[in-house]
Amino acid sequence: MAIAPEREAWITGIGLVSALGEGLDAHWEALHGDREAWLKLDSTTHAPYQVHPAVALDLAKQIPDRGDRRQMEGWQRLGTYAAGLALENAGVKGQDDLLKTMHMIVAAGGGERDYAVDGQILSGLEASNEPGKFLNERLMNDLRPTLFLAQLSNLLAGNISIVHGVVGSSRTFMGEEMAGVDAVRVALGRCHAAQGDIFLVGGAYSAERPDTILHFELGHMNWTKPWVPVWERPKDGGGTILGSVGAFLVIEAREHAEKRGAKPIAKLSKVSSDRTRRKDGDAEHSLAVQWNEISPGLIPGATIVVSGATGVSEAVAIERDILDQRRVPTRATGSVLGHSVEATFPANVALAAMMVARGEAVPPIGGAKDEARMTRKVKQAVVTSVGHWRGEGMALVEAI
Amino acid sequence: MALMKDKHGRPVVVVTGMGVVTSLGQGKDENWAKLTAGQSGIHTITRFPIDGLRTTIAGTVDFVPFDNAPDLTTKMAALAGDEAVAEAKIGGEGTFPGPLFLGMPPVELEWPQRQDLARASAKSADITYTDILKGAAAKDFSAMQTRFLFGSVGDALADRFGTKGAPISISTACATGATAIQLAVEAIRRGETEAALVIGADGSANQESLVRFSLLSALSTRNGDPTAAARPFSKDRDGFVMAEGAGALVLESYEHAKARGATILGVVEGCGEMADSFHRTRSSPDGAPIIGCIRNALDDAGVTPADVQYVNAHGTSTPENDKMEYVGLAAVFGEHLAKVAVSSNKSMIGHTLSAAGAIEAVFTLMTIRHGVIPPTINHTEADPAIKMDLVPNVARKASVTRAISNSFGFGGQNVCLVLAAEPA
Repeated sequence: MAIAPEREAWITGIGLVSALGEGLDAHWEALHGDREAWLKLDSTTHAPYQVHPAVALDLAKQIPDRGDRRQMEGWQRLGTYAAGLALENAGVKGQDDLLKTMHMIVAAGGGERDYAVDGQILSGLEASNEPGKFLNERLMNDLRPTLFLAQLSNLLAGNISIVHGVVGSSRTFMGEEMAGVDAVRVALGRCHAAQGDIFLVGGAYSAERPDTILHFELGHMNWTKPWVPVWERPKDGGGTILGSVGAFLVIEAREHAEKRGAKPIAKLSKVSSDRTRRKDGDAEHSLAVQWNEISPGLIPGATIVVSGATGVSEAVAIERDILDQRRVPTRATGSVLGHSVEATFPANVALAAMMVARGEAVPPIGGAKDEARMTRKVKQAVVTSVGHWRGEGMALVEAI
Repeated sequence: MALMKDKHGRPVVVVTGMGVVTSLGQGKDENWAKLTAGQSGIHTITRFPIDGLRTTIAGTVDFVPFDNAPDLTTKMAALAGDEAVAEAKIGGEGTFPGPLFLGMPPVELEWPQRQDLARASAKSADITYTDILKGAAAKDFSAMQTRFLFGSVGDALADRFGTKGAPISISTACATGATAIQLAVEAIRRGETEAALVIGADGSANQESLVRFSLLSALSTRNGDPTAAARPFSKDRDGFVMAEGAGALVLESYEHAKARGATILGVVEGCGEMADSFHRTRSSPDGAPIIGCIRNALDDAGVTPADVQYVNAHGTSTPENDKMEYVGLAAVFGEHLAKVAVSSNKSMIGHTLSAAGAIEAVFTLMTIRHGVIPPTINHTEADPAIKMDLVPNVARKASVTRAISNSFGFGGQNVCLVLAAEPA
């Protein structure tokens, strides 16, 4: 079957919020700064667990209605805020006619629990002679009715529709890191094939939640030793430090952007993804295949790898297998942004776009000794994703 | 020779295999027999204690043994998928020549898991998340971690069916199953794949899920007569009935299906979508997004309202949904609506949530194939504000060559599919 001739896809808007700040300029500065500029670790609130908390936001700037803010929990506010930044950056915020044609793909997990209620119920269940009945009564009486809407995965997208008016279409992908990769991949595929002209894609993750920390603790995957960059963790057992991140991209067909006079930040050329069983080297093989699809177009010496390395030993080992062979300078943003699961890949595409747009790589992240210096002009960035359990993906972002 | 491209020049997408599991039973034959007999699968809940609950009925699937919601979702998805793949006679043993698009509910730890963790902390009173975290650190809970990852359901199904690439797990609330079909149609149309396995599955009817919907006053409380509780479009409707199930469809490009001699069960002619920015749980009062989504679907299919003979309604049985769906249909179909049959499968199987779009697409295609429209049961009192031919209470023989299937969900999700018979 003939595949429709591909249209060029541009990134015309970026909204990024993390521990390092709000917007690409803040990230650029922090990543060039000293340790105090890039290490914003909270080691006390959830001790012994550490998190990279999001910078404090003036939420009203992107979510003006107090009722809207109240209806959301942290991860939704972070995402809705970042989505607003991306729309603003692309110059489409408030342009209702355009937003009606804008297609949205959000990568999301779930929302937070009511921690006090959970604790009370668990204590009561242990003491109750009729635990089933007790649970029903407590849930009926103690759950906030609207909490459900802060927990549903698709309600980040729902809030973005309500607050920003993006209504062309709305899809939410689940599945941890892989959801972030596939959200960007499917948006790019649709843009290339003219199944839409302008897309809003991204995700948000709140690390400042006992239940998200809990999920990684079930697999004993949290790094509780003193902070070191992600590459240095596997030799001491490995582990991740979670980070709160909201990351959204406006991806747009070149002709659509040109017609409305929008300036591109970078070109999004390719996104690929796969899922292997992680047995017998199949994940390493998949990454090599994906790399080989990209590599013929790479300009020698002009490429940087923006890695989503988690710090979890097995996943890092899979990625090192390809990186050690290809010997391209690498920047693992998770060392200082923290691991933001579904939001990781969109955030790294954003940071890759930042570097190719400026033609310059940021210094080794967190002073990582495993990251080579890059003095030559950066024209291309390969974004990698090896999920902490599953999912292998890659993107190519290029300077325009 | 039928055209392999549609009116927009894109590959025509056809269905070559289908499978279904609902509270009515397992498989298309059993479901179809009961559905066309006007039988309800709604019953009093026995899965968990119901003391103190406002709603005590559901359309749970009780014949599949399971451990937790993601486990039941996986198992029902596998059953429906097996039936669809076997019917399509596609791929080899354990391999499917395309990706998996999976509509499923969000995944979360449940109370038994939280209790295990609390016990591992050795604390029994004044339990906090600090204790739960200590419990998690004290023992190996890696199997629990994997099970409760969002990606674990798709991962297990990708292994079972040998689908290609990364499975896409989708949540668009009550429109999830339809969104999964839509994503697969788009992938085939843009030439990314020749075939795709689409499954919508939902096995999340546990205590907390039920309470959540109950607290939003979304559920029927007609507990005394469970089979009569879901009464879409009736004047005395009082909410939806939570239910479980799975629907699976093998989608292929027409060209691919014909080339391998597959039986064509129907065509997915068009998909339409329009999100609603009005409210988190309510539709815009003017119905504009519902109207827009149905019109987008008809435009995508390249057909007009006059070409449609049947509407498989979202028809949840909530006062608001059914009214707004009527407003939307009346605006799109105008006078032609009088000639269109409209029925809601949910009157019998309840609202299967993340699975509904896929299950109802299967039933819509069976309606077209068998020339029998399943009824809207429990229709005893017409709502004077809703003037539609609802195929009340008794199935009807009718020639249907083209139908639409609506799905609307919390978060402003609206999807409409246009489904049709294979062109002669």
